[in-house]
Amino acid sequence: MNLLQQISDHLQQGKAKSVAELTRQAITDGLHPKNILDEGLIAGMSVVGEQFRKHELYLPDVLLAAKAMYAGLDLLKPLMIEANAKSHGKIVVGTVQGDLHDIGKNLVAIMLKGAGFEVIDLGNDVSAQKFISVAEQEKADVIGLSALLTTTMPTMKSVVELAKERNLYGKVKIIVGGAPLSSDYANEIGADAYCFDGMNAVETVKRFLDQIR
Amino acid sequence: MNRKIFSIPIEEVLPPVAAVLEGQGIPRWKQANGITLQLARDAVELYREKARPVGAGVEIAKDAFKPVFEGEGRNEPDSPVGPIFQASENLALFAVTIGQEICSEIRRLFRTNDFALGSMLDSAASEGTELTARAVEKLYLRHLKDFGFQIKGTGVLRFSPGYCGWHISAQKKLFDALHPSEIGITLNESHLMQPLKSISGVIISGEKNIFYFDDTFSFCRDCAEHSCRERIHAVTDHEE
Repeated sequence: MNLLQQISDHLQQGKAKSVAELTRQAITDGLHPKNILDEGLIAGMSVVGEQFRKHELYLPDVLLAAKAMYAGLDLLKPLMIEANAKSHGKIVVGTVQGDLHDIGKNLVAIMLKGAGFEVIDLGNDVSAQKFISVAEQEKADVIGLSALLTTTMPTMKSVVELAKERNLYGKVKIIVGGAPLSSDYANEIGADAYCFDGMNAVETVKRFLDQIR
Repeated sequence: MNRKIFSIPIEEVLPPVAAVLEGQGIPRWKQANGITLQLARDAVELYREKARPVGAGVEIAKDAFKPVFEGEGRNEPDSPVGPIFQASENLALFAVTIGQEICSEIRRLFRTNDFALGSMLDSAASEGTELTARAVEKLYLRHLKDFGFQIKGTGVLRFSPGYCGWHISAQKKLFDALHPSEIGITLNESHLMQPLKSISGVIISGEKNIFYFDDTFSFCRDCAEHSCRERIHAVTDHEE
């Protein structure tokens, strides 16, 4: 079994230490960081994601795999910057203003990073202004909005409205998620998609980026 | 009942491992693998170490509760809480929390990439907070019994601002009446409690039939939990 396949396998088993060791070995062997990322780490996370979608794996398995992914990613990151490697896409995420719940948003950010996207996590209690200005500055492809409270959902609409004002609407896709949300609500406020969990967010973002590129 | 602070023994509000796993999306009929099971057990142990379950409660008359319920006038006109409290016999405001330390621990675990344990602890903490609210509800029922209120045929049910058409902005008046800052709970500008693992509201006691309603209101569409179904059904369990 080649080294990249081993990385993928160990990642699927959530073995963070061995993923780090194998990644280090791959770097020492002179494999290109982008190949280690795509064919080792992301390939492993894709298998995990697919098994999660089929209910063969559950959230804890995915999160253990994500920890293993990060163990490898931490080693690759400086090399990727050095090589000026392009990310698979840039996503700005945050929990909307007035809402301090961030577990759901954290899980989505973990899954998106696991799929190879660059994630800018603005944390919680984030204003519409901040979402839009960071998306502009960073030239983000997607904005991901999270809310757990029905009372904070209207802030999502403010983000969409502000995106329209700043001429970002349509250029930057806006996805929304959180317990009280639905596709109907996403349509109502003019968001591009509602994502029911982290894996669904990954699939949605991939679909959007495929359309753009 | 005058205003009381309750310190709830941790053993009374320890979340069962099965409930923690369910919070992670693992159904009760599914056998979790060894690693996941161990994570859930570790999360419960961490909960035992970090959670500080505490509650505050005070009885309130119907006419005094009316302005608390009305809050800032933003309730849904058809909220079932209004008619239920009007038909009730006794009311008590309450707030519970399991403390800031456990919330900080969850964040720390996420920061250090210990996502699986962090997420598992979050589920344990949510379940533990719910159990703490139930413990306070039971204490209130016991209080009513001690004071000679008829328990047979009586139900007790909790409602919280932010649910069932009772607008979250009512938290402000609830907090003004209850002062839960003494147990470490504060409100932010958007009426959200800190620590996050806190529950506040009113415990309503009255004839069981006052509590039945169908969860088909317009605002029920936005509710992800629909726990009212289970809780209304459980009203009968309070009979002693």
